[in-house]
Amino acid sequence: MTTPVLSVKDLKTHFFTRAGVVKAVDGISFDLAEGEIMGLVGESGSGKTVTGFSLLGLVDAPGRIVEGSVKLKGTELTTLSTGELRSRRGRDISMIFQDPIATLNPMLTIGQQMRMAIDAHERLGARASEARAAELLTQVGIPSAKERLRAYPHEFSGGMRQRVAIAIALLHRPAVIVADEPTTALDVSIQAQILFQMRDLARETGTAMVWISHDLAVVSSLASKLAVMYAGRIVEQGPTATLLRDPRHPYTAGLIASLPAMAAPGTPLTQIPGTTPSLLSLPEGCPFAPRCDRATDTCKTDPSMTHQDNRGWRCFHPVTRTAEVPA
Amino acid sequence: MLGFIIQRFLQAIVVMAVMSVIVFCGVYAIGNPIDIVIPPEATQEIREAAIRRLGLDLPLYKQYFIFMANLLQGDLGRSFVYNVPVLELIGGRLPATLELVLISVISATVLGVSLGVYAGYRPESWISKTIMGVSVLGFSVPSFWVGLILILFFAVHLGWLPAGGRGETVEIWGVAWSFPTLDGLSHIVLPAVNLALFKLAMMIRLARAGTREIMLTDTIKFARAAGISEGTILRRHLLKLISIPILTVFGLELGSTLAFAVVTETIFSWPGVGKLIIDSIGVLDRPVMVAYLILVAFLFVTINFVIDLVFALIDPRVRQGATS
Repeated sequence: MTTPVLSVKDLKTHFFTRAGVVKAVDGISFDLAEGEIMGLVGESGSGKTVTGFSLLGLVDAPGRIVEGSVKLKGTELTTLSTGELRSRRGRDISMIFQDPIATLNPMLTIGQQMRMAIDAHERLGARASEARAAELLTQVGIPSAKERLRAYPHEFSGGMRQRVAIAIALLHRPAVIVADEPTTALDVSIQAQILFQMRDLARETGTAMVWISHDLAVVSSLASKLAVMYAGRIVEQGPTATLLRDPRHPYTAGLIASLPAMAAPGTPLTQIPGTTPSLLSLPEGCPFAPRCDRATDTCKTDPSMTHQDNRGWRCFHPVTRTAEVPA
Repeated sequence: MLGFIIQRFLQAIVVMAVMSVIVFCGVYAIGNPIDIVIPPEATQEIREAAIRRLGLDLPLYKQYFIFMANLLQGDLGRSFVYNVPVLELIGGRLPATLELVLISVISATVLGVSLGVYAGYRPESWISKTIMGVSVLGFSVPSFWVGLILILFFAVHLGWLPAGGRGETVEIWGVAWSFPTLDGLSHIVLPAVNLALFKLAMMIRLARAGTREIMLTDTIKFARAAGISEGTILRRHLLKLISIPILTVFGLELGSTLAFAVVTETIFSWPGVGKLIIDSIGVLDRPVMVAYLILVAFLFVTINFVIDLVFALIDPRVRQGATS
């Protein structure tokens, strides 16, 4: 196996609030190979977005990375100075956000905003910058790109704005893109277009992606591997196909069972009982235990990650659809 | 864009017309100015002759129409007290107010926005907390008292700056200005500071609130994720995004300070229009009051119009709304 472009080890990002310490990300690890797409799945508040921001070193106070390592192309990011970290952002790793209406500055033209992103890392000059910007816009599927550079964000549709944001994120051909639910705010038809365009772009340019989503259905059509997050931890990870066919963690199993496609027409959708626990008062041991029908007294202690082949899960009582699961 | 300008221009004319009626009726209601104009020992005949000469015997609407007819020919009447054309009287005083107010409002805005952006950018630092604490003082301490203290301290006690007057002036385009001379400038400092304090406090609060809000948006996060430096983010993203409310308040403050810098002008014996209007109200100098208040309405309308144009210039969404 080749060395991963992105390697996260035991990453912990905590928020020090007046009400107490919120362990938004509490010891997650994963590797990402060149061009690989990993889906990071979980409910709202499970720590997906904070994970994304932690990778770029963009956690706002009162939060900070308290432990762990983020290695990008062999460079440790967590110990870099602010300036060095800034010079990596946008060049080696970049991020796209959920709401394309909020990400672009409504008072600057697309061209001005792309120029700023180019200037942050390269001295190109006006003409070369414009050519690069137009090239990227064309690549993400925006017609007559040169003219569109002079347009303002409000002259674009939501889907087009997200394409512009993607073009900005791709300007410097970063090794890794963190995509934080970039299609959630869009129409379903546009969603699919952008999804597959991103997959093709990743394939062409060798850019690896962390695709954050609460929607297992969306991610599974895109990502070659999955990490399922619950209460700040990855509770199960592995190749997408394996996880979907044969989940081990009861939470993963619950997510799959609650997909609308899994329900027979006319029957109510399956749901996981209860709600996500408050990160301020996590139950002792396995955080999923209170919602889990397989929980026993053993679950009062914290399960560690069980590894098998290329997958892993954090559960004492894994679901066994196939046999030969180690106890 | 042209349609927008024409539309705003017509609106302005309506506002001015309505304003002239209100002002005229209001001033009429204050009382009869005739006793001010003639000496107390004047006979009944002289008194009635004066009333007729000034047109005070006519019904209100006729007086108004005569006034408007003259106004449209650029004649705002003569002051009862000084017996000179009102326009000349106000025109002679306006530059003094104009330079004082422009200097004070512009410096309050520049300084206030800088301090406010800093306080919003680093809300936890002690410098920011100091800035915010001091800004509360700017709001709560009455400005006439600050003026007196400034005079006591800098003029009387330290003797660094003059206590009042305009100092040495220079004629530019036939108008006297204080700011080009060092002596004139030293006379402007104290009243300008006095006028600026409240506005400074307001600009700080406004800029801080805007900065705190904008810095949390995805626009800033996205810019950071693209590796854009903090300086560029502040200059090119933040300042533009917080500019609309700041410009609005800037326009309003500029107008109201130009019109009502009375207190400061009185304390520092600054010979501006504020002092003129207060004196005119005291002696019921009707033409001066009417002309002045209409001028104030004109100033507000003009400033707001310019501010709207600036909005359209910096915000493409406003521009589009204006053309469609």
